Amino acid sequence: MSIMVTCTIAAKALARNAMRTALTALGLIIGVAAVIVMVAIGTGARTSIENQIRSAGSNIVMVSAGSGGFGPVRQGQGAVTTLVPEDATAILAQVPGIRYLSPGLNTRAQVVTTAANWNTQIQGAGASLVDIRAWPLQFGAFFTDADVARAAKVAVLGSVARDQLFGAGAEATGATIRIKNQPFTVVGVLTSKGQAAMGQDQDDTIIVPYTTVQKRLLGVQHLTAMTISAADGVDLARLSDQVAGVLRAEHRLQAGAADDFLVRTLEEMASVLTTTTDTMTYLLAGIAAVSLLVGGIGIMNIMLVSVTERTREIGLRLSVGARDRDVLMQFMVEALVLSVAGGAIGVALGFGLAMGVSALLNWSASVTPQAIALSFGVAAAVGVFFGFYPARKAARLNPIEALRYE
Amino acid sequence: MTPRPVISVRDLTKHYVMGDQTVPVLHGVTLDVMQGEFVALTGPSGSGKSTFMHLLGCLDQPTGGQLLLDGTDVSRVDGRALARLRNTEIGFVFQAFNLLARTSAVENVELPLLYAPKVGAKERRERAIHALQAVGLGERLWHHPSQLSGGQQQRVAIARALVNTPRILLADEPTGNLDTRTSIEVLGIFQRLNARDGLTIVLVTHEPDIAEYATRVVSFRDGVVRSDHAVAARRDATKELQAA
Repeated sequence: MSIMVTCTIAAKALARNAMRTALTALGLIIGVAAVIVMVAIGTGARTSIENQIRSAGSNIVMVSAGSGGFGPVRQGQGAVTTLVPEDATAILAQVPGIRYLSPGLNTRAQVVTTAANWNTQIQGAGASLVDIRAWPLQFGAFFTDADVARAAKVAVLGSVARDQLFGAGAEATGATIRIKNQPFTVVGVLTSKGQAAMGQDQDDTIIVPYTTVQKRLLGVQHLTAMTISAADGVDLARLSDQVAGVLRAEHRLQAGAADDFLVRTLEEMASVLTTTTDTMTYLLAGIAAVSLLVGGIGIMNIMLVSVTERTREIGLRLSVGARDRDVLMQFMVEALVLSVAGGAIGVALGFGLAMGVSALLNWSASVTPQAIALSFGVAAAVGVFFGFYPARKAARLNPIEALRYE
Repeated sequence: MTPRPVISVRDLTKHYVMGDQTVPVLHGVTLDVMQGEFVALTGPSGSGKSTFMHLLGCLDQPTGGQLLLDGTDVSRVDGRALARLRNTEIGFVFQAFNLLARTSAVENVELPLLYAPKVGAKERRERAIHALQAVGLGERLWHHPSQLSGGQQQRVAIARALVNTPRILLADEPTGNLDTRTSIEVLGIFQRLNARDGLTIVLVTHEPDIAEYATRVVSFRDGVVRSDHAVAARRDATKELQAA
């Protein structure tokens, strides 16, 4: 029997029970669509994280105090006080290819104005931070190197901190805020930058000179971090090594002793994040794949019902000369038509949903050809796999018993 | 042309295994059916006539003995060859018609040709229409079984049995679901096919008067042939219908 004829018979048999066929296919449609949407969301999230990190600056090297390694006595980031402003001077003097360097020392404090108060992050930084982050100001100006040199009590507000302290959209420059009971003059307000890749709100912050945090707020000599931006065309890995070398020399670390600092590029941090996202994507796709499996079981169920219902038809076909093979093929093709059609509709639906989700969340949803090929292939494989048992059951029927079946 | 046996049966036995019990149904049947004969198999239920019919129809294989269909030993061939025999050598007519519901008469008749090698769609359609015209259903080609009377449905089934020009027509209680007049009409078609085309027909019935339309009656009892004789006073369906 020709393939064309077999397909026609299968299509007719499926059309005869249109409602049942549609519901059975729906199981598979949902499964395939779910896989495609999940993978698209995962890939979209990954792309969006990568873009955010690029926007934060792909030429940035972060130095933080404390060891990233695992020693017998391990101190967390910030508990180490060996990173000092002199290290910054040494790095600037000895490492070529650095455009900006901003020392950093952060704390948290309750910030008070006459009208409101707000607990937020106080970032101590150098005057070049605004250039490193390429962060435009909405009002006023960033503090200057002169402010840093004299540990001036000046502050630049993130937009969220400004909203909380002065009301949404207020200009706020020239106003006075109190941090740890000391008056600070607001010199600028930053534009909104949104959430950072790691989830914290970059706008809920107040930036002051790092010297001010050292002398006026915490009374310490050390730093917790440094943010370095490399000049164009500089190899970040090499720059990181050079920075680490200078710091080891400055800190007089013996050969073999562990670093008491951590040098990372944003690209490295990005790769950690994308690994996490990939894991999430696999997890989501895995859950979606389960629904594909359930859809396959639905097909097997319906095919078994169909074989039972059509026992007499099978008996008749056998009696007029159908071979076992022909009957097997007929039911296999029926299951395949069902699963391939379901798969195709599922791909279309998944594509549409992914586009909708991306439009809604403003994500670059990526429906990859691989995701389409994979879920479509799995749908077809599900049809073959779950169609085989009912088809074989049909093909093995005894013609006499099948003809007598009521 | 001297008649030769189309069906040649020698000491045929058939046992069924049910659980740990073996149930013997046929105890050694020997029979020859010549080309062009119209044989009625009769006997009470349980006599083995239906089982014998299934063996003739290649729907089942014998336990012992020999069954030659047009020279082919049925007990020695595989499932594929059996399917081929059912397709090309034998046409089957059932008591319950066994038509595919919600499928037109033409498509029902085309069914055996779907499994025949080298028959294209166009030829299939032409042969199906021709077969339906031959049984007087040229006006009802596209009707579905539910739109046809019992007699018309059985005629579709006969057209289906004949469409692949078999050598033997096997009919298992073909008039069992029909009223008397329709039964005579169907038997008239059989008699015409037998007389005009020389088609070999084997018909199973438990009604003695139906058997009288055949040329020969073989009666079964307890798995053996009890009697085998030519019909002395043969009934003619066409004349009876004209008289009525």
